[in-house]
Amino acid sequence: MIKVKINGQEQSWDGDPDLPLLWFLRDEVGLTGTKFGCGQALCGSCTVIVDKEAVRACITSVNDVAGREVTTIEGLHPNGDHPVQKAWRQVNVPQCGFCQAGQIMQAAALLMDNPKPSHDQIREAMSGNICRCGCYQRIENAVHLASTGV
Amino acid sequence: MNFIDNPGKLRGFEKHIKVEKVSRRSILKGLGITGGFVLAAPVMSRQALAYETGAGKMPHGVVVDPRVFVSVGPDGIVTIVGHRSEMGTGVRTSLPLIVAEEMEADWSRVKVQQAHGDEVKFGNQDTDGSRSTRHYLIPMRQIGASARTMLEQAAAKRWGVPATEVKAVNHEVVHSASGRKLGFGELAADAAKESVPAIEGLKLKDPKDFRYLTKGQIGIVDLHDITTGKALYGADVRLPGMKYAVIARPPVTGGKLVSFDPDAALKVPGVEKVMKVQGWPWPSKFQPLGGVAVIARNTGAAIKGRDALKLTWDDGANGKYDSVAFRKELEEASRKPGLVVRKEGDADAALKGADKVIVGEYYIPHLAHVSMEPPVAVADVKGDKAEIWAPVQSPGGTRDDVAKTLGIPEGNVTVNVTLLGGGFGRKSKCDFALEAALLSKELGAPVKVQWTREDDIRNGFLHTVSAERIEAGLDKNGKVIAWRHRSVAPSIASTFAAGTVHQAPFEIGMGLVDMPFEIANVSCENPEAAAHTRIGWFRSVSNIPRAFAVQSMVGEIAQATGRDQKDMLLELIGSPRIVKPAVKDLWNYGEPQDSYPIDTARLRKVVELVAEKGEWGRQVPKGHGLGIAVHRSFVSYIATIVEVAVDDKGKLTVPRVDTAIDCGTYVNPERIASQIEGAAIMGLSLAKYGEISFKDGKVQQKNFDDFPVVRIDESPAVTNVYIVPPASDTPPSGVGEPGVPPFAPALINAIFAATGKRIRSLPIGKQLEA
Repeated sequence: MIKVKINGQEQSWDGDPDLPLLWFLRDEVGLTGTKFGCGQALCGSCTVIVDKEAVRACITSVNDVAGREVTTIEGLHPNGDHPVQKAWRQVNVPQCGFCQAGQIMQAAALLMDNPKPSHDQIREAMSGNICRCGCYQRIENAVHLASTGV
Repeated sequence: MNFIDNPGKLRGFEKHIKVEKVSRRSILKGLGITGGFVLAAPVMSRQALAYETGAGKMPHGVVVDPRVFVSVGPDGIVTIVGHRSEMGTGVRTSLPLIVAEEMEADWSRVKVQQAHGDEVKFGNQDTDGSRSTRHYLIPMRQIGASARTMLEQAAAKRWGVPATEVKAVNHEVVHSASGRKLGFGELAADAAKESVPAIEGLKLKDPKDFRYLTKGQIGIVDLHDITTGKALYGADVRLPGMKYAVIARPPVTGGKLVSFDPDAALKVPGVEKVMKVQGWPWPSKFQPLGGVAVIARNTGAAIKGRDALKLTWDDGANGKYDSVAFRKELEEASRKPGLVVRKEGDADAALKGADKVIVGEYYIPHLAHVSMEPPVAVADVKGDKAEIWAPVQSPGGTRDDVAKTLGIPEGNVTVNVTLLGGGFGRKSKCDFALEAALLSKELGAPVKVQWTREDDIRNGFLHTVSAERIEAGLDKNGKVIAWRHRSVAPSIASTFAAGTVHQAPFEIGMGLVDMPFEIANVSCENPEAAAHTRIGWFRSVSNIPRAFAVQSMVGEIAQATGRDQKDMLLELIGSPRIVKPAVKDLWNYGEPQDSYPIDTARLRKVVELVAEKGEWGRQVPKGHGLGIAVHRSFVSYIATIVEVAVDDKGKLTVPRVDTAIDCGTYVNPERIASQIEGAAIMGLSLAKYGEISFKDGKVQQKNFDDFPVVRIDESPAVTNVYIVPPASDTPPSGVGEPGVPPFAPALINAIFAATGKRIRSLPIGKQLEA
């Protein structure tokens, strides 16, 4: 039995320990905010925060996060008012919105590590997250806004 | 359906596109509207539109019926139905916002409810062709104005004053003479008893009184849900007892399953069942390809189970499809005469007599949509009833196809439309929903079919592959006197009818025969090309190769004659006029030419505007270059300037993009900007990287590693968008797609300016490194 804390709540899993965290979150726990985009850590749609680090849930097994704390988009802020989320709304970032949970989690992890990133640092840190709608200009601006106070 | 508005012209289409009458539903199933004021009105005539559009010719046309679209609760909450699919354009906000504007509703007290698939009730729901605003601006205004008038009439009766003395203002009706006010909620019950005003007598708001339209200050309705992970996409639907499925499909289009061994898959923890999926012989429109499904308790187990399957396929007739050989075939065809689809003057003679002939041969490979949400659908089939939850651009067509596939009445099928995690034309084809329906029927349980990214890339409906050859003949003064454009590409119609070798009218109408230049001798030809995989609509469709070829050729002519690109472009466009190409049944995006002519004054205007705002001709650093292109598509006019920088290793970056768009009367400039910003990214992606290739009939790419798209660190540093202010009577036109076509040629022209290298084959790939 694997135990893992997700958004502050303990969850247990006695199935395949190699099951990707992504599918555990989405299909077993029912937290569908974390998205499937590629399954190979190429697009960042499934980004969650494990302890204080952004990880791709599609190539992270449930076993890998045993005993650790996982934060998903649903647990980033109780009212959805994390500075990154507020900045995202202020800048009207999303088009279809599907990749945005992963983008927001990546940005939140960046700001934990580097509260005042430069534009180049933002572009580098966010380069693992694909947005096929092409909201990049706004993503960059929103991360910058979140880092300077919303 | 979709882009094909004249199915009779396409041999073999009739049986697929037949419009069937279904019984009208009297309730808004699943919309949760109870009590209060549901507008009761007869279906209004379509004739009262201020200008004519092609909306009425779409399957099931337009329903201008406020009963269907608006209700007011006793609590004052106004519910407005969004009947088009939201895939990122903002349509789920824009159309209801139009209704709210006209009815003087306060947007903060408006709820948007997504319509299920029912085109008899809602009118056409195909969310494609950049049509939603242009077909629905006026109908939505009329619906809103009806509601407002009825609320005003109810208030006037309550107060015993003439209706002319009262006015709806921001969610209440006021009688200014007496200072009395009544909220929409208080008037809801009485307003429902009012007769509906005749559409002809409706008073629409003066645009100067708009609070929301043209302002762009309203965020999309799903903004909060998207940023908190609550937004519901197709992939996010979960039903009690639902099974998770992935399917192994034939690796070659038209291939068939010979045998499979499920044993290893069944040993994977969580896998419950392995079963065959019915397939249809190619071409079969949107019917499933068939294969083997792995059913599991979660998607991860299903994927792992599928990896363990042992499968044997018969590749069939397309098993030799090879992109290298096919390219040669297309290019050879482009060098010989083909079916003439537009002829003015005598291009052959003029080319022979020309002082100089410039030849450009351009190649644009297959592309995959790769919407961030791969295809996915949930189905729950019980007996002769089916309920579907899916991210589909074609809710009505999906309903129709599910009914036919299962052999049940269309009225027994409910299609719930979720948010779409991107569409780009892929989700106009409902094969994934049909797969889910078939599996659910067989399992007797709700099923989610999830496509992986590999499935999406290898089993999709690809953008066509195209060879474009243009010959321009110049007289001794450098004036272009002849233009011959041969376009060779498998047609989307091949997905519907075997033996298709020519492009359909809607395809040749995208930048080939509607070429707007003022040239005396023109020949547009479409040599034969057969398809060897499923071809489908991709955002802006055939405009991608056509704009690339035509606008690159403008750059080449400028290059050969030593003229400025923009000056050359304006010279070719010529005088301000209405272009009427010598083409039988010009498609014109399904729109009447009276309302939507090919207007070179508007084409010139976007070139001039982008040149002014984008500072055309500005000094740029060494290694930088500017390129320009213009293209009319989806009856909008778009010009783009791209600045590139190419370093000494051939690394390409894009410091700045400027785009001017004339989309006529518009609703939400903020979403127009976002669409154009995104179009620049999509254009850059396809120009830099976009290539799906085949060997031995199989797609050679699999995921974002070998089919890359542009990421944030290589995206343009800034994309500036300029919207042409419309004249008061200019009809609205497309926004979602038209930003894409001019990007690649502007980029390529800029690369030439920066490096002297002329790229004629996409993607750019490593060509700049050589």
